[in-house]
Amino acid sequence: MKELTELYAAFFRIGCVNFGGGYAMLPLLERDLVTRRGWTTMDDLADYFAIGQCTPGIIALNVSTFIGYKKKGVAGAIASTTGFLTGPIIIILLIAAFLSNFADLAIVQHAFAGIRVCVCVLILNAILKLWKKSIVDKTTFILYLVILFMAAVAPSILSVNVPKAILVIASGVFGILFGRSGKEAAA
Amino acid sequence: MSILLRLIIEFFKTGLFSVGGGLATLPFLYEMSDNTGWYTHADIADMIAISESTPGAIGINMSTYAGYTTAGVPGGFAATLGLALPSLIIILIIARFLDRFSDNKYVKNAFYGLRPASIAMITAALFNVVRVALVDLNAYAQTNSIVSLFRPVPILMAVILYFVMKKIKWHPVIFLAISAVIGIVLKL
Repeated sequence: MKELTELYAAFFRIGCVNFGGGYAMLPLLERDLVTRRGWTTMDDLADYFAIGQCTPGIIALNVSTFIGYKKKGVAGAIASTTGFLTGPIIIILLIAAFLSNFADLAIVQHAFAGIRVCVCVLILNAILKLWKKSIVDKTTFILYLVILFMAAVAPSILSVNVPKAILVIASGVFGILFGRSGKEAAA
Repeated sequence: MSILLRLIIEFFKTGLFSVGGGLATLPFLYEMSDNTGWYTHADIADMIAISESTPGAIGINMSTYAGYTTAGVPGGFAATLGLALPSLIIILIIARFLDRFSDNKYVKNAFYGLRPASIAMITAALFNVVRVALVDLNAYAQTNSIVSLFRPVPILMAVILYFVMKKIKWHPVIFLAISAVIGIVLKL
């Protein structure tokens, strides 16, 4: 029970400060769960995000479920997911009830312009940390560039918009066809 | 059918079919608005703005909001529960599968391809934030000068934050809070 409460509390905290969508969650998870508590590793987090991207549902919830399950089974998954949801539910209920023009307030807009700058740096740091274990050779580097091009550049410049889930699944198939598990095991 | 049950079912469908998170929920939210009248298209636009300025994903926020406007606080909880259930169920199935097959050669090889793709997606997400935080596409479109594309103050702030974070290992939340204050003081 103590572990479930800890899971709930840890994800409640993350849910309350998870500005900027699913990927902005990564630096928070790293600090709270990898560095401080040792519940998971950066490598595992990268895998969870890859799976969360190509399976249905909100990425942040998918990742929360994964970590909770690994730590304490089905009950752990429920604890982490409900923990993550608690903060946003309370905040939106308060906004819906009292502050319908919340997002239009000048002070809120300035604060979030500042927060977005910080989110840029936090996400960049997360990418740099994941890089070493994921981009292990030339093949993975090229795959990275191709997927980045398809996800970030092609939609606006070529008007080619391949759903991200398809890109992720294709990368998994590519790995099965061309990956070398012996090398992976050594890494 | 009770309204709470309908909220759960409708948002369960959204959670089930929106793959890729975040904005992937939007087409389903528009459709639900047309079919149920629980909220308007303008509400969705407002919710996108609110989601950019509160923690939590747009899908979660919209479900709480629509549930609340339709059936009060219990509605807010019911709709959010509906949205979360598919994630919970599907990931539990996959997690069990991975537990059993994590040493399997094919599963390992799949991750050889999945990890670079995952980082590429995170980089794409980074580009999206950079586009609104550090560069000014409107100014660039007007003047066509590359200098006007960059917003000097936020970029300087980002560089300073990067080096400070390297030196001082505070919790990210502290840096987020400081950045919010800087944003207010400098009227970013």
